[in-house]
Formats: sequence, C-alpha cells, structure tokens
Amino acid sequence: MTTVASSVNPASLAVPENAMTFASPWAEFWQAFSKNKGAVAGMVFMLLVALLAIFAPWVAPYDPIEQYRDHFLQPPVWAGGTREFLFGTDELGRDILSRLIHGARLSLLVGLMSVVLALVPGVTLGLVAAFSGKVVDGLVMRMMDIVMALPALLLAVAIIAILGPGLRNAMLAIALVSLPAYVRLARASAMTELARDYVTAARLSGASTLRLMFVTVLPNCMAPLIVHATMSFSAAILEISALGFLGLGVQPPLPEWGTMLASARDYIERAWWVVTLPGLTILLSVLAINLMGDGLRDALDPKLKTAA
Amino acid sequence: MFAYIFKRLGVLVPTFLGVTLLTFSLIRLIPGDPVEVMMGERTLNPVLHAQALQRLGLDQPLPVQYAQYLGQLVRGDLGVSLKTRATVWSEFTTLFPATLELALVALLFALVVGMTAGVIAAVKRGTLADHGVMTVALTGYSMPIFWWGLLLILVFSVGLGWTPVSGRLSLAFDVPPVTGFMLIDAWRAELADPDLNKGALWDAVRHLILPAVVLGTIPLAVIARMTRSSMLEVLREDYVRTARAKGLSPARVIFIHALRNALIPVLTVIGLQVGTLMGGAVLTETIFSWPGIGKWLIDAIGRRDYPVVQNGILLVASLVILTNFLVDILYGMANPRIRHQR
Repeated sequence: MTTVASSVNPASLAVPENAMTFASPWAEFWQAFSKNKGAVAGMVFMLLVALLAIFAPWVAPYDPIEQYRDHFLQPPVWAGGTREFLFGTDELGRDILSRLIHGARLSLLVGLMSVVLALVPGVTLGLVAAFSGKVVDGLVMRMMDIVMALPALLLAVAIIAILGPGLRNAMLAIALVSLPAYVRLARASAMTELARDYVTAARLSGASTLRLMFVTVLPNCMAPLIVHATMSFSAAILEISALGFLGLGVQPPLPEWGTMLASARDYIERAWWVVTLPGLTILLSVLAINLMGDGLRDALDPKLKTAA
Repeated sequence: MFAYIFKRLGVLVPTFLGVTLLTFSLIRLIPGDPVEVMMGERTLNPVLHAQALQRLGLDQPLPVQYAQYLGQLVRGDLGVSLKTRATVWSEFTTLFPATLELALVALLFALVVGMTAGVIAAVKRGTLADHGVMTVALTGYSMPIFWWGLLLILVFSVGLGWTPVSGRLSLAFDVPPVTGFMLIDAWRAELADPDLNKGALWDAVRHLILPAVVLGTIPLAVIARMTRSSMLEVLREDYVRTARAKGLSPARVIFIHALRNALIPVLTVIGLQVGTLMGGAVLTETIFSWPGIGKWLIDAIGRRDYPVVQNGILLVASLVILTNFLVDILYGMANPRIRHQR
C-alpha cells in the first residue's frame, strides 16, 4: 500500500501539509463527485448493469430467445409465478429476466457506439469551424442548423426509412441526430479558448494548426464535452428503445428493451409484467445515467450548473 | 428591428433550402429501384416502368430533378399519397389540427404544472418539497414516454376504466369537423344537438387527458427545472431584497417582482420544446391511435408511401423552423440586447 502511494506521489508523503494543494485532478474530481449521493448511486447502478451486460451469457438463467411452450405469459414470482422464471415469461414463453439482461448489451452497445460515432466527427467539425474562416464556419454551422431543424426522433425515423430498420442503421441514425450538439459545443468552447494567451503563445512558438486544435485547445474543452457525452448516452438509450418500440430499431427476436415493449402492447390487458418490466428497466437506466451526468457536471464544470 | 428581422430571415432561407435538399435526397437514397419500391412489382413491364420514371421525373439529371422539385414546392404541389390518392397537402391540413390540439393542451399542462412546481421548489429551497419536485422532474426527464403512455393506459383505462384507450371521440357521437379541434367541434355539436350529442365535449376531454399528459411530461420536467434555477437566480437580486425590505407581502414579491423576470429564460425553453413536442407526437399518437401528423408519418413509412414521407417531413421541419424564427423575433422584441448582438 505504501509503495503504491509513494510511487504515485512521493512529494505528498514527504511534505504532508502540501498534499491537499497538490491533490491530483482525479482525487479532486472524485472528492467533488462523491459528495453527490445521487450521482454515486447512478454510477453504482450503471456499473451493475454494465457487469450484467458483459457477463450476460453466464448470468442470465436462460437463452433470451428460447421459447418455453409450456410457460406462455407466466407471471413473475411475486405475483403468483414460479421460481423457475423470476420475472415471468412473455407471450412466446421466453424468460423475461434473461431478455432484460441480454437487452442491456444491446442498449449499452448502441448508446456507446452512437456517442463515439457522434463525438469524434462532431468534435472534429466543431474545432475545424472554430479554427477556420467565416465561410467554412458558416457552412458547417448552417448544415448543423438544418439537422437541428428536424425533431431528433423524426429525423432518425426518416433516416431509417431510407436505410431500412435494424441495429446498425438505428445506431447511425442516432449518431447523426446527436451530431450538431457536439459540433456546437466543441466550437463554442474552442472559440473561448482561442482568445486565451496560452493559445497565442503556442501559435507563436510555431505549433501547427492540427497541434493547436487537438493538443493545445481540445484538452481544455473536455469538461463540457464529457458532461454532454453522458447526457447523450442516456438520450441514445431512450431513442433506440423508441425506435425499437416503433418497429424501426432492433428487430425481433433480439431482446432489445423497446422492441420487447412493442410486442408486449397487445397483452397489456392480460399480462402487466410484459409491459411494466422492460419500461422500468429503461427508465432506471436512463435515470441513473442522468444522475451521473448531473454529478459530473457539478464536479467538472461548475459554470454549467444553472443550465437545465 | 427590421434589420434584425432581415438578418434572421437571411438564416431562415438557407436553412429551409437545406431541408428541401435533405427531403429531396431522402427519396433518392433508397436502395434499389425507386419505381419498383414505390409501385410494386406490377411496374416490371419496361414500358410502364419508363412511364413511371418519367412521371416521377426520375429520368432527368439530379440538378434538374432538384430544380423541378423546388418548382413544385413553390407552386404548392406536394405530391399525392400513394395509398389514398389525396394530395399530401390536404391530408396534412386535415390531420394537423389534431396534432396541434394535442400539443397545445400538452404544453399548457406542462406550463401550469411545471412552473408551479418550479416556483415552489425555488421558494422552498432545500426542503422536502424542493427535493420531491426535483426528483419527479428528473424522473420525467428520463421517462421513455411510449412506456409512460402504456403504463397510464394500464392503470387508468384498463384498471380503473376512467379514460378511453384510443382515438379522439367515441363513435356514438356525430360531430362534424368544422375547426378540426375536437374540443371546439364537440362543444359546438353538443350545443347544436343536445339530444344526440349529450356529453360529447366531456367525451373529447376524456380522450385527450392521457395523451396530453404523456406528451407534456418531458416539457414539464424541463420547464420545472428551468423555472427553479431561473427563480433562484432572480431571488438573489438586490431589487428582490429591496422589495422585501419595503415590507411587500411574500406573495407579491414572488409573483409580481421575481417571477416576471424569471420567466424570460423559461420562454426560450418553451420555444425549444416545439421540436420535442413534434418528436413526442410521433410516439404519443402511435400509442393512443391519435389521428395526427405523427401517426400519419409513421404509417406512411410503414407502407413506403414516399411522397407522404418526403413532404410530410418537409412540412414538419418547416413548422419547426418557422416557430423558432417567430420565437427569435419575439425574443428580439422583448430584449433589445439580443437584437444588437454581433
């Protein structure tokens, strides 16, 4: 234990009274973040969901698409069901718990991929807009205005109308829909940084534009981008489930949470659990991520605190 | 002020053209042969196929096609639905009042409940009421609204039998569509023929409640959070302290002095909710079989009715662009500092 600590920060051990002043950015961040109980709870919940998703084939009691023909619409164990199927079964006799656990894989995958697919080009475009002249800047921003003119879900639906439904296309559609926010955010933060002296100093000492963009300026724009990435991760989970619900996202029999709800609609009068459980899973996951996002925002970027 | 309006118009026009480019590309990016996709297998006959291509203008070079498309739009020709053979414009105008009515009632619900909750949370900062409001707001903000709709149907329609499951009015009533707003039409019909249409208005209200609550949930959460933070900021201002020091009643300070200024950022948020409402309408209308624009578009996508998809999306986008333009103008009128920016 002592060897680890000393290898990390020997100075803080030698002069303990300075330890607080030289706390690593991580320690400083964790101190601020862990004060927010909701954020920590959200993080713990999401870690749990992520672990379940990663180890789904070993954790889930059944195969998510295996149909148990003797057990159609069996209620959960607390509502008169058996311990064989803890969360009950759906209209085709599939184990709901196993489907929810496997569904976490799809939702987290889509969330993660669409954040990456929007973040990388979005930040690049935003930096390009901030660093280039009026013409390119105007062009990029007008393009983003066009994408923003359409309600996100409607645009995603339109894109899928062209590309056809499915996991990959839904991911692309969600990424495209969330692109403008990253562009605007990266551009705005880069613009503020560009006016600072350290950027001028770097430029005068001969740093290339690319270096200025990605090495000098970008690290200082990260706080709002990380916060936004968290929020758009939860938005992506909502959107993929909405698309699944409309029959345009992940296709059955794959156990995506929204897709599960779409087929459950017809059984709403007979079997509340097929409707309630997938939706509750979506709500809790999105809520946990948003709580985490609030905590991240307060810890990383106090300026943003007033924004709703 | 006119200079400001012109400047906003200068942004509006390219944005609109960009959206037309988007909807133009939409139909051309569909994989496979567009005629076959739209008309089905019967156009495999090469003569019919060529005729269809020509009729749709798809045998021309792309720039010419785009120019033709713009020409059609300028003439107000938005094409014909492949299913009903009615013009896209007439279908839109028939269905739009249903969506507008739903959206307005949802917004009203979100405003009244959201602002009240936000003010309470701000005034009672740090209390149980504040935490309660913020928790509910965050939950509402994270809500998958299609599931929320199903849940409300499960409880209030299936369980308690208080509200109908779908549609805008029960079949028993004979209500002629005059304004397209069911609340008004049902009321008129009830006044005109009290025997036949007794209870029509109440029936329309009962149909509207759940969809409006579902559609209003996310705007409500956003408005509550925004009102709270904006109110907290204003309550710290010197003039509020002065007003209190003068001995004005707390209610007067909160509602007359503070709330008025706290509302400015809230108004902007309301403008931004138009897009959310249109997106939410797609889901809400699908759940409640509400005959509006959202359900129309989803149905059109489902049966590959491309003229409806293409120009329906264009119409919705135009609506959002126009609303945002109007909000910008109103905002500029209210706040001269914005007018003279940049």
